[in-house]
Amino acid sequence: MLHTVNKSPFEKNSLQTCMRLSKSGSSILMLEDGVYGALCGTEIASSVTECAKDRNIYVLGPDLKARGIDQSNLIEGITVVDYDGFVKLAAESSKVQSWM
Amino acid sequence: MSEDTNQTSGTVKKFLYVNRRAPHGTNYAQEGLEVALIGAAFEQDVTLAFIDDGVFQLKKDQDTSDIGTKNFSATYGALGDYDVQKAYVEQESLDARGLTGDDLMPLVYEDEDDDWEEKPMIHIISAEEMREIIDQSDVVLNF
Repeated sequence: MLHTVNKSPFEKNSLQTCMRLSKSGSSILMLEDGVYGALCGTEIASSVTECAKDRNIYVLGPDLKARGIDQSNLIEGITVVDYDGFVKLAAESSKVQSWM
Repeated sequence: MSEDTNQTSGTVKKFLYVNRRAPHGTNYAQEGLEVALIGAAFEQDVTLAFIDDGVFQLKKDQDTSDIGTKNFSATYGALGDYDVQKAYVEQESLDARGLTGDDLMPLVYEDEDDDWEEKPMIHIISAEEMREIIDQSDVVLNF
């Protein structure tokens, strides 16, 4: 199952709830303001690092670029995808839940 | 405070623009910037505050070419031309987001009282100092 998160984790708890309620082995894609959840050194980085151990976490590259976030500043274990990768993830998944 | 109510001519008020939203995901940041520029164009005493996700507005190297929206981050560079001299960023907000002053755009203004010397507009301050800035403003606009 693919989960998407498009809200900043510092403004809403969408990412935190997604991480709490998604199953091991599922995929989480951060996009739009959700990409801030992939930044290293933040107050939520350790919980994201922990989550990345048994879930596949992805982040949308164009949204990182728009926000001036360099890919070297991401939490280890998070994979950057482009729009084609987003489509591939959605197509491969039986269901998509978007945490708004 | 009776003199503060006289808005007929030449009254300059201390306008504080509080920015608490990340850019690009919503319109708040861009709208706030435009309203701040309007305040400056009317020669008001403009102060900008960046708190919570608002600090992301000042992140260096924003490039929206791949998401098809206007890269309004370049417009922050025009604030100095409108004689905006003060932008305060809360340290606590930067810390929570893993950012430092080096991650922010180096905004400047030219000080007409000091031989047009170029000076930094951004000041990183504590929550305690931010509290005073909010308290000392005449009008607070939130975005």
